[in-house]
Amino acid sequence: MNAPSAIVLAAKDFKSDTKPVWCPGCGDFGVLTSLARALADLSLRSEEVVLVSGIGCSSRLPAYTTCYGFHGVHGRALPLATGLKIARPDLTVIALGGDGDGYSIGGNHFLHACRRNVDLTYIVMDNHVYGMTKGQASPTTEPDWDNPLTPGGIGVRPFQPLVIALASGANFVARAFSGNIVGSAEIIAEAIRTPGFAFVEILSPCVTYRPEQRQWKELVRPAPVGATDDPARAARRILTDDGFNLGVLYCGSRKPYQPQTVREKKTLEDVAREFRL
Amino acid sequence: MMTAARPTLSSVSIAITGSGGSGVMTAGEILLEAAALAGFYGLMGRTSGPQIRGGEAAALLRLSDAPVEGYGDGFDLLIAVDWAGLERFAAEIPLAAQSLIAGDSSLGEPPQSMAAPGARRFDLPLKAIAKTIPAGRPNMVALGFAAALLGLADGALEAAARRSFAAESDRLAPSVAAIAAGRLAAAAVEGPWKLPLATPRFGERWLLTGNEAAGFGALKGGVRFVAGYPITPATEMLEWMSPAIAEIGGTLMQAEDELAAINMAIGASYGGVPALAATSGPGFSLMTESLGLAVAAEVPVVVVDVMRSGPSTGIPTKSEQADLNIALYGLHGDAPHIVVAPNSVADCLLTTEWAVKLAEALQVPAVVLCDQLMGQTRMVVERPPETTFAGERRFASANGEAYRRYALTPSGVSPMAIPGMPGLMYTADGLEHSERGTPSSQAKDHAAQLDKRQNKIESVDFGPHWAMIEGEGEIAVLTWGSCTAPAREAIARAKSLGLAVKLVSLRLMSPAPRERLAAALAGTRRVLVVEQTHSGQFARYLRAEHAFDAELRSLSRPGPLPLRPGDILDALMRWSRR
Ligand SMILES: Cc1ncc(C[n+]2csc(CCOP(=O)(O)OP(=O)(O)O)c2C)c(N)n1
Ligand code: SF4
Repeated sequence: MNAPSAIVLAAKDFKSDTKPVWCPGCGDFGVLTSLARALADLSLRSEEVVLVSGIGCSSRLPAYTTCYGFHGVHGRALPLATGLKIARPDLTVIALGGDGDGYSIGGNHFLHACRRNVDLTYIVMDNHVYGMTKGQASPTTEPDWDNPLTPGGIGVRPFQPLVIALASGANFVARAFSGNIVGSAEIIAEAIRTPGFAFVEILSPCVTYRPEQRQWKELVRPAPVGATDDPARAARRILTDDGFNLGVLYCGSRKPYQPQTVREKKTLEDVAREFRL
Repeated sequence: MMTAARPTLSSVSIAITGSGGSGVMTAGEILLEAAALAGFYGLMGRTSGPQIRGGEAAALLRLSDAPVEGYGDGFDLLIAVDWAGLERFAAEIPLAAQSLIAGDSSLGEPPQSMAAPGARRFDLPLKAIAKTIPAGRPNMVALGFAAALLGLADGALEAAARRSFAAESDRLAPSVAAIAAGRLAAAAVEGPWKLPLATPRFGERWLLTGNEAAGFGALKGGVRFVAGYPITPATEMLEWMSPAIAEIGGTLMQAEDELAAINMAIGASYGGVPALAATSGPGFSLMTESLGLAVAAEVPVVVVDVMRSGPSTGIPTKSEQADLNIALYGLHGDAPHIVVAPNSVADCLLTTEWAVKLAEALQVPAVVLCDQLMGQTRMVVERPPETTFAGERRFASANGEAYRRYALTPSGVSPMAIPGMPGLMYTADGLEHSERGTPSSQAKDHAAQLDKRQNKIESVDFGPHWAMIEGEGEIAVLTWGSCTAPAREAIARAKSLGLAVKLVSLRLMSPAPRERLAAALAGTRRVLVVEQTHSGQFARYLRAEHAFDAELRSLSRPGPLPLRPGDILDALMRWSRR
């Protein structure tokens, strides 16, 4: 994370005047507001923050902020953010997107980003559906959810992203709910502040293709216990809860990955010496 | 004697073969380096079977008093450390009646397919000789034998061996002894293989592979971030770059796959650090979607594709030029980008450096089509000249107005903001966008941005590097990449037979240098198009993108067999007589 700025911006200063394409009531509005609030709470400067996303409704978010953004291709936000952060360790880099983007087409990058533990924050707006392509099952969709592409349900067990993140080595694992602006902003701010790869899964209803997710606000609750630094204990808690416990569930102390930089730089002429006969 | 058939080059071609682990590559590298230290020129390519370890392998050398850039028509000497799997190289190591096959009779006899032209056989009891030396190895005996036939001085050979075993000093003494024993064994052989007395060399010469040259060219061009995923034959480029880039203050990342590698490079470049990814065909296929992103978002990035035989996994260890189509046409949508190709090992440096400059200046992806033959061939070259290329990335500066990242400028290039610059925040986007970068699905924005991206690469002056042009003639050879060396040699031979042939080797493939190529070929009546593909991809590209007054004929062959000077000479002579 960058050092706090002297000129403090308000949350609204982190929102751009571009009107979101999202459906009225979409959970992603709440995520945008929480993120803006977290950035303001951390006193960051918008030019030092980069939001990198893939493709999907949720991945549209960067342009709705006043930060730098990169809206890339489907599934590749994490490697793009990784390259940026390694090349520019001075920036605060946040990757974000949907459950399809992050767990399906980008699933491999998710594993390796957790393993690599670069100092990034990764926000997944999980709505258990592919919103942008109009309602197909994602890796977190219930097996019996009926939809036109897989009538009667996809028939495949949903994926456990938080446990997979833990098993793969993420340094920070949290669950938030888009309807809870203050709580989500706190979790996001803590994720940004924590060194290493910080994974925040935000339950973010798709009111258009999963209108029943409007009920989520009744189901979510703060996790009964605070964060642990023991991944096995955190994994057991996550595997046995109903998916609606909110809060920081795991916070470790792994050293972030940042390649060694050399102090005494060689010149190109030095490098060419090995070719000389 | 084979050399008699070479009117313009006096060179000796040597194949050292053996099963994997028999040390043929080490022997070949020491021989090449010794010849280089003695003042000669030369090259060593490598070929191997499919096994990871333990499979047959061959070091293919060609040494001369004058610079050599490619293989000749055949091999004068075949030295087999053992005979394992040798018949698989029969097509790659053509022998003639004047050739000599030296190898250990106690281990077997040369395969019928190789001995067929009547090559002379010499029994070289490598195993028995090596046994007489504590820790002596047959490959070093073979090396001494070869050096003696070539007339290479002891000093050069020992100096090269010393360099090679610098890290394993205990291997030096037995190796030197084995080399001496190999020399003795050569006393019984008569032959025409002695290299002439080397002309004293004054200029600085380098010994390097195309992969190393491309890596160094990238660093010279300013690349400070590299991402890659291991793949033959590009791995050595990454392995060479890994310590080198760290030493000059950059970073190399091993990615989880090529989808990640190209996106890491795009991310770094978006952050203002010139970036590159290196791969081969299968990995390049995975990168194409994201190369389209770099086109649309206007992020400079360089991809080096060290081509191998395809499609699919193909022949990973062997060369082909058949990624031309995917490099030119493999991105979906209308996605103008740069494609360039080096024409020799040394030129891998210049072309990659140029690609970086072009990518940076035009904010576009640039693909460098190298291949296994150049990438893995180690060659003695004159120190490559310092070339200065125009072209730097244009950065935006805050001016109070709302920043338009994709502003429509006369050149098509719009000044780029880099994260950290205040007041210029924007979102780079692969979605079609307005000048400000806001996603747009309107026809006018699409047309304007398509025009802009096309215009910026078509209106720029690519300077003199678009092609290498030599000689004059009514007949021309038009070629590219690693086919350039044999074409050049064929043309030199044609000249001594009284036929003047012009050589045009294209370095800039995309955007197609239409006017320049037409001007270069003005007055030419016949154009022989030479390439290493099965379907004639280069000839098809030329017919599609360029207009020709001359008659075109295609000489095209798939990998892994290289086009040889004699093949091209035959085609030229046959056509000229008609
Ligand atoms: C390579 C590729 N395949 C498919 C698509 C089509 N596509 C766009 S968004 C999307 C899924 C989005 O779902 P999710 O990531 O969950 O985001 P949401 O829209 O629900 O926020 C798909 C499959 C694409 N853009 N690119
Ligand atoms: S389709 Fe669903 S996820 Fe997409 S904007 Fe509408 S409500 Fe949000």
